[in-house]
Amino acid sequence: MSDAIISVRDLHKWYSGVHALKGVTLDFKRGEALGLVGDNGAGKSTLINILSGVHRADQGEIKVEGRDVSIATPRDSMDLGIETIYQYNSMVPTMSIARNLFIGREPTRFSILGVGILDQKKMAEESVRAIANVDLHLRSPDALVGELSGGQRQGVAIARAMHFKSKVMILDEPTNHLSVKETNKVIGFVRGLKEQGVTGVFISHNMHHVFDCCDRIVAMARGEIVLDKRIGDTSIDEVHSVL
Amino acid sequence: MKRLFKTYLEKPELAGLILLVLLVVLFQVRSHGVFLNQDNLRGILGILPEAGLVAIGVTILMISGEFDLSVGSVFALMPMTMAVLMVHGWPFPLALLAGLLVSAAIGFINGYITIRFAIPSFITTLGMLFMARSLTVVVSGGFPPLLPADLPTWLFTSFVGPGNMFRMSFLWFVAVAVLTSLMLSRTNFGNWIKATGGFLPAAAAMGIPTARVKIVCFMLCSVLSGFAGMLQVLRLGSPLPSIGEGMELQAVASAVIGGASLAGGIGTVMGGVVGTTLIRVIDNGLVLSHVDANWFKFAIGFLTIFAVVANAWMRKRAKAIKMEG
Ligand SMILES: Nc1ncnc2c1ncn2[C@@H]1O[C@H](COP(=O)(O)OP(=O)(O)OP(=O)(O)O)[C@@H](O)[C@H]1O
Ligand SMILES: [Mg+2]
Repeated sequence: MSDAIISVRDLHKWYSGVHALKGVTLDFKRGEALGLVGDNGAGKSTLINILSGVHRADQGEIKVEGRDVSIATPRDSMDLGIETIYQYNSMVPTMSIARNLFIGREPTRFSILGVGILDQKKMAEESVRAIANVDLHLRSPDALVGELSGGQRQGVAIARAMHFKSKVMILDEPTNHLSVKETNKVIGFVRGLKEQGVTGVFISHNMHHVFDCCDRIVAMARGEIVLDKRIGDTSIDEVHSVL
Repeated sequence: MKRLFKTYLEKPELAGLILLVLLVVLFQVRSHGVFLNQDNLRGILGILPEAGLVAIGVTILMISGEFDLSVGSVFALMPMTMAVLMVHGWPFPLALLAGLLVSAAIGFINGYITIRFAIPSFITTLGMLFMARSLTVVVSGGFPPLLPADLPTWLFTSFVGPGNMFRMSFLWFVAVAVLTSLMLSRTNFGNWIKATGGFLPAAAAMGIPTARVKIVCFMLCSVLSGFAGMLQVLRLGSPLPSIGEGMELQAVASAVIGGASLAGGIGTVMGGVVGTTLIRVIDNGLVLSHVDANWFKFAIGFLTIFAVVANAWMRKRAKAIKMEG
């Protein structure tokens, strides 16, 4: 066994004729922040979507902490400790922060066949703690997510992932459409992951951001990995040259 | 402004409720005190549960992000199914069960087809509107079957309470309203309904079985509509195949007037109840105030458009708030 928390071997994915992943083999190392870069359509999101249970690979295997796993639904992925934060769609704007934190994993006082009465006290207490942990300066967990700025929303998504003790946090272009200040905040979050012992996977089109907060960089082009180096052993120019 | 937006999201029925109070006062004055007298209230409360139960179902479904135009037809088909089965000797409880199962099956078909083929529920349920109405007429054999004499009207339509103020149906209505309201606000399933309608991609990404959630809402909506239709038939004493025509649009109007968003995610059971009550109050109040009854539909139409415009305005404001933030 290696120190890989997730390892994928020879993953393939076809979308009705488009060969989006052509045999990707990659180890995500425990506690490391990995930057995933590549042009539009390189297959980054496809790889992430397979790990987060949104799509299934057509071929290849995935191991999590050394065990073979099958990730069929987003829930499977979350249960394995993998949390994914997308550009837009991690939050329901018409619901409060507290409700959003627990979507799909609501604490219940008792339940029959998975449906039960919400433990609102527990939700209120835990959500106060969860948002305090990521230093968001939010007044109250009862505020609606629709009232938050884009950066704050990503912050809440990260707080949620932390709260559920994720082992791997994947962020697929989390800084798109964010202001410079807010982007910096998100990058700060990514840097902070390591202290918490969480493995980070950060996807961005901005090389500076990736070099700013990651330990290792993996570049993809046309469904394949074309570069895999530690940040110290490469440069923005080199990464650009292989894309 | 933020506060206004938040109030709208948390209590979308508030505006309707205020309007309701104003109208009640207006009609009370205009009708020289007849509006709130016991007989008139009895009349309103006697028929409110039928439209109200349908509106509750449509509201919940709308919160989950879908529509049902077939409720009026299910409203007729469910009691017709029961009547025909009872003519064939089925006892009332079994016929009731069968009627509810037929309603649930229609809801399931509506939901399954909508989701499986990714088509707008507007279209699926428009088709179902015609099919279920047609089935109603076909199973009735052209003329309404005679209902047996020993129906348990005491459980559904008899007058009860102080001064025989309510029908039993009103108690059913209150019970369903309270239970569904608690389901929406206090259970994890309610959270899933709001999340599914509020922003489907996020709900799905968080592992909520959005297809199942929607199908359950379709089924609940159909079952409530069928049950409401049975209440009306027990009240009228005869299963006419034409009952519930136009009900789908009034139910949508109720939900929207009560603050539910056509886009999903926003709304309350209380809103559906307030919307239905408003419609009934306007209907009754216009008659009592000796206004030409043909203004009724005008008023409902106007209110509906007004409510949707107000909703759209709130959403736009909400977007603006996000940009500022
Ligand atoms: N759901 C889908 N259906 C069909 N084709 C898809 C789907 N998702 C992705 N593709 C195709 O697969 C290829 C890889 O897409 P992917 O989204 O993984 O790229 P990406 O690296 O994330 O790009 P970007 O930087 O633009 O997000 C593209 O050719 C894309 O058109
Ligand atoms: Mg992508």
